[in-house]
Amino acid sequence: MTLDSIDRLILNHLQEGFPITPDPFLVVAQDLGLDEADLLARLERMKTERIITRFGPFFDAEAMGGAFCLCAMTVPQADFETVMTKVNARPEVAHNYERSHPLNMWFVLATETAAEIETVANSLERETGLRVLRFPKLQEFFIRFRVAA
Amino acid sequence: MSIDSTDRQIIAATQAGLPLVPQPYRAVAQELGLDESELCERLRLMQDSGIIRRIAVAPNHYALGMVANGMSVWDIEDTRVTDLGARVGALDYVSHCYERPRALPDWPYNLFAMIHGSDRDEVESKRQEVATLLGGACRGHDILYSTRILKKTGLRLRSKEVR
Repeated sequence: MTLDSIDRLILNHLQEGFPITPDPFLVVAQDLGLDEADLLARLERMKTERIITRFGPFFDAEAMGGAFCLCAMTVPQADFETVMTKVNARPEVAHNYERSHPLNMWFVLATETAAEIETVANSLERETGLRVLRFPKLQEFFIRFRVAA
Repeated sequence: MSIDSTDRQIIAATQAGLPLVPQPYRAVAQELGLDESELCERLRLMQDSGIIRRIAVAPNHYALGMVANGMSVWDIEDTRVTDLGARVGALDYVSHCYERPRALPDWPYNLFAMIHGSDRDEVESKRQEVATLLGGACRGHDILYSTRILKKTGLRLRSKEVR
């Protein structure tokens, strides 16, 4: 689908935030000089066309409870598929990427408690015979990431 | 701030997104059997305390042409990482900016920042911009590109009360 200048205006504006008020679309429409119904129709279309991945509150997963840890392994090419199958079989593995580096397998563990991170990582080490390096976040920096539409 | 079971219901009802109707908060409140004003107050409290990072649109990067990204990693002097990490995170092409522990000797890097661009060349040139910004406090850096997605599942909300 093609985006016109109004669609782009909406995307850029709504990346900055959305008000908590009874008629938030009306407020946004007035800010942008648009009609509320037009704004809603455009958002609906962009969501259907998957230009918009998600629209709503973004929650801090850790604040909601649970523990997360980025992990990495150096997996020999010959064993890659076998190790990948073992790693992916764990429900605690949320994402797993092959990356261009001697540390070539990077995944995120998501568990209820910090102790479980250690349990799962240790058990993956035993199962694969490979080290699982752990990179828990020490500090998170505020992000101003925006996609220019 | 601690969240209670009502907050958890609100999270569960909105984590897929807000309805695209003129009064989205009223619609969510009705679904949960809450007053709209209570729902809004709880959302404000969660936003103020950082449980809600923001309420916003997440555009599909790929659909908008931001198809390339790399995980840039930097070895920053410990005394400078808080200050410089904040400056890297503030760049509009950086997402996921964290201080993480080194794993010496294999891994000297303590600052991770995902850099996005329209192609690999643009990602590389932004990486050079970051290197310039970091200057002498950076002792080395690298960038890791994903060559294959091996698994991708959403993080699931736990239904039980954790804190």
